[in-house]
Amino acid sequence: MIWGVLQFPGSCDERDALNACQIADPTSESRLVWHEETDLSGIDGIVVPGGFSYGDYLRAGAIAQFSPAMTAVAEFAAAGGPVLGICNGFQVLCESGLLPGALLTNESTRFICRQGDLVVAEADSPFLAAFEPGQTISIPFKHQSGRFFAPPDLLEQIEANNQVAFRYAKGQNPNGSLNDIAGVTNETGNVLGLMPHPEHAVEPFGGSMDGVGIFRGPALAGAGA
Amino acid sequence: MSDQSPHRELGLTDHEFELICQKMGREPNGVELAMFSLLWSEHCAYKHSRKLLKNLPTEGPRVVMGPGENAGAVDIGNGFSIAFKVESHNHPSAVEPFQGAATGVGGILRDVIALGARPIAILDSLRFGEPDTERTHYLVDGVVRGIGHYGNSMGIPTVGGEIYFEPPYEQNPLVNAMCVGLARTDEMVRAAAAGAGNKVVLFGSLTGRDGIGGASVLASAELDEGDDAKRPTVQIGDPFEESKLLECCQELLAEDLLVSLQDLGAAGLTSSAGEMASAGGTGIDIDVGLVPLREPDMEPFEIMVSESQERMLAVVEPGKVDQVLAFCTKWQTASAVIGEVTDSGTFRILKHGETVGEIRVEDLVDGCPLYDLDPEEPAEWTYVNRETIEADAAPSDIALSLLASPSIASKRWAFDQYDSIVGSRTVHRAGAADAAVLNIPESNRAIAIAIDGNGRRVACDPFQGTVEATLECAANLAVVGAEPLGVTNCLNFGNPEKPGVAWQLSRAVEGLAAACTALEAPVVGGNVSLYNETPQGPIYPTPVVGMVGELPDPANVAGENWRAGDAIALIGPFDPSLAGSELEKQRGQLGKGLPDVEIAPVKAAIELVREAVRSGAVRTATDVSDGGIATALAELAIGSEIGCETDLHPVLARRSDNPEDALFGEGPGGFILAGEKAELEKLGGQGVDFELIGEVNGNEVIVTAGESRVEILVEEAAAAFDSLEDRIESDQAGLTH
Repeated sequence: MIWGVLQFPGSCDERDALNACQIADPTSESRLVWHEETDLSGIDGIVVPGGFSYGDYLRAGAIAQFSPAMTAVAEFAAAGGPVLGICNGFQVLCESGLLPGALLTNESTRFICRQGDLVVAEADSPFLAAFEPGQTISIPFKHQSGRFFAPPDLLEQIEANNQVAFRYAKGQNPNGSLNDIAGVTNETGNVLGLMPHPEHAVEPFGGSMDGVGIFRGPALAGAGA
Repeated sequence: MSDQSPHRELGLTDHEFELICQKMGREPNGVELAMFSLLWSEHCAYKHSRKLLKNLPTEGPRVVMGPGENAGAVDIGNGFSIAFKVESHNHPSAVEPFQGAATGVGGILRDVIALGARPIAILDSLRFGEPDTERTHYLVDGVVRGIGHYGNSMGIPTVGGEIYFEPPYEQNPLVNAMCVGLARTDEMVRAAAAGAGNKVVLFGSLTGRDGIGGASVLASAELDEGDDAKRPTVQIGDPFEESKLLECCQELLAEDLLVSLQDLGAAGLTSSAGEMASAGGTGIDIDVGLVPLREPDMEPFEIMVSESQERMLAVVEPGKVDQVLAFCTKWQTASAVIGEVTDSGTFRILKHGETVGEIRVEDLVDGCPLYDLDPEEPAEWTYVNRETIEADAAPSDIALSLLASPSIASKRWAFDQYDSIVGSRTVHRAGAADAAVLNIPESNRAIAIAIDGNGRRVACDPFQGTVEATLECAANLAVVGAEPLGVTNCLNFGNPEKPGVAWQLSRAVEGLAAACTALEAPVVGGNVSLYNETPQGPIYPTPVVGMVGELPDPANVAGENWRAGDAIALIGPFDPSLAGSELEKQRGQLGKGLPDVEIAPVKAAIELVREAVRSGAVRTATDVSDGGIATALAELAIGSEIGCETDLHPVLARRSDNPEDALFGEGPGGFILAGEKAELEKLGGQGVDFELIGEVNGNEVIVTAGESRVEILVEEAAAAFDSLEDRIESDQAGLTH
């Protein structure tokens, strides 16, 4: 499976995401996609990586939605292609309207970086193909604006549609996210955004290797575009 | 001359001003005087320390770049080098902690970027006053947020560091940042201008009025009342600009488009262009009319001394200029050709083609007089003592008090605010081990990084204290299996024109030289920060030592939690004493002097521990540091949530019969290892002191020394160890930035 990892000015985790794509599928020729590129032909899946796209000026993820590459990603997603937004990428996907809700400043107002447990929720998404609902996985998180928020009726709809992909394990919600939500999908499940960083849980040293499953998911589900 | 003389206001002495006139054959004009005042400042010219620093060992088989470059670098094999340097941003952080710390990180990153390396790690060494005042809360909050803001936004992991809280830093905190970068050795560039006719390209942020005079006014004089008025001399950081600058530089170097590269730091264009010309033995013309400005009506002198952040200067062959500017456009960073390399030996400042200043490069960069120090050992202990523990406290209470001591207690609340994992190299995160460990698959190995400098012990004995700081770094590397490759340092001291401070500085540099020579760890770069004092007096003399080492296999770094049933061994020529210790501080009994230390047996212990860890035979390894053996054992128990039962009679037999020395005494050369008993026993009989002192089990930390006994619950110990966060919580949390 060939992944395209977007690179904006200010991206931080794009090389890490590319590394994770290659670990998940060592034979693929995944590559970085410059923010001005619009031709995604030959790419089977998109990662919108973590970092501080365009300096996160105005609001985290607010400017990146207008980049040429994101226009192409919106079309790619509409055609059913798998799109994974991590941290800043999650913020960009919410700002773009590809995912519901918004990410607000952490309750503590501080940046926080820790290894944490996530519980896999019921969402029907190719990114969850490697996991069972209810399974606990260990993935680090690091962010200052990761508090998931949606107005009550939208939140109810997200829950009713089973669009929650991951929740912080009981007692581990680091930022005040509603319903302990760490990641959500779009209604069709092919777009996933999450605040924790699966690309930082793929090496034998460090915290865990549970992140690999997320990158293997779409291939397992046969969901390449 | 009146006090209003322009040169005095700019920090030059009358003698220095006369020397400038002599060298120029005339009085300097305003632009020239501004440039001299910066490059002849302590911060740029090292005029009180350069003679001392000549005595440091700087050569070794692995050294790729030594002192004098933007950063030092050592070879780690397979065509790669590790570049690293530590630098201070103390006075800006005292005046405006968030921006001061942020731009401190930004500045040290640019030093490493300028070498052609990609930064892969940041460490910080911070010093504050005791955490019970509003000022300390404000400074800690701002500094920690500032470091996180810059490093996190740049995508460079902050992997380690240390924070000490001592009264002499109350008004004058220390913020030392260390950056470690990875470079292909053949792509590294030196900051030397070459080739008359080559173009000088300035790229990065626009040049504004921020930070004017920072190096001379803030960094080279004591802090005093009314320093709030100096806030305009603190620069404002923009990590987004620096992130683009980093990627742009990496692409320019990969395409081989640059002759040389230099960052703009203290003294801005004056220092970077001047030092490039000096290093290359050339002249340089800069036309301030070509510099992209943030404000339209800046004076030539303002443009030449502006310390606006996130700017780089490159020398480029004329035929490659268009390509260079195109990469800058790709990364949305401003760029312009602002001058040319000449063979005149002169630094000429023009404005739209008209000369507005002209100085011989040699006079500007190397003309500053170097001063001999006038050292004199103070007869008495000159720092305040404060009693915070009852004289007859029982050993268990002492142990809990030490664990709760701000300098010893857990700093996780700070480390958690830093991204420690971006870059996918972090094997040991900040605080997870004595040294940070980063994977370098490019060279089929890993590196370890430690930073250390206990100012209190250096105050007791500047020579021994500095030897200890250096040995502590080597010990921190050993417990993850790493061998030293090179050293960087930041010498934070008071006013060197005072004999007592001059003595501290001289003795500390002698100690650094002695320890680095013995460890065969060359000093490849560093920084000096003097005048760290306020009307309340000088800081503790604080040489911060940063050490980089290598290890063959990131899978064998010990550092795992110990397990029930593990044997515990004490290794090394550890001869603990309460002199200069945390306990002596709490008792308000600090005084001059530390016991002498023989380096050779400590080095032998370091080597034995290193090999044991590398072999994979050891589960847990740590060196005995602040708070002594009882504290070290308690910290291991807290991390593993399992207690231990130990008896220190071998230490008592070796030294005095004072149980407190054994339990809480400090000094170099002690290691605690845990693992399978049979494996540990193999470390005996190898010429290094070795004793089994107990076993891992239970829910209590039990340490017996003769008639004295520490016996505390692991959870009690953990509560004490984690108590600092609540104490440090800023009165303004959430309100600043």
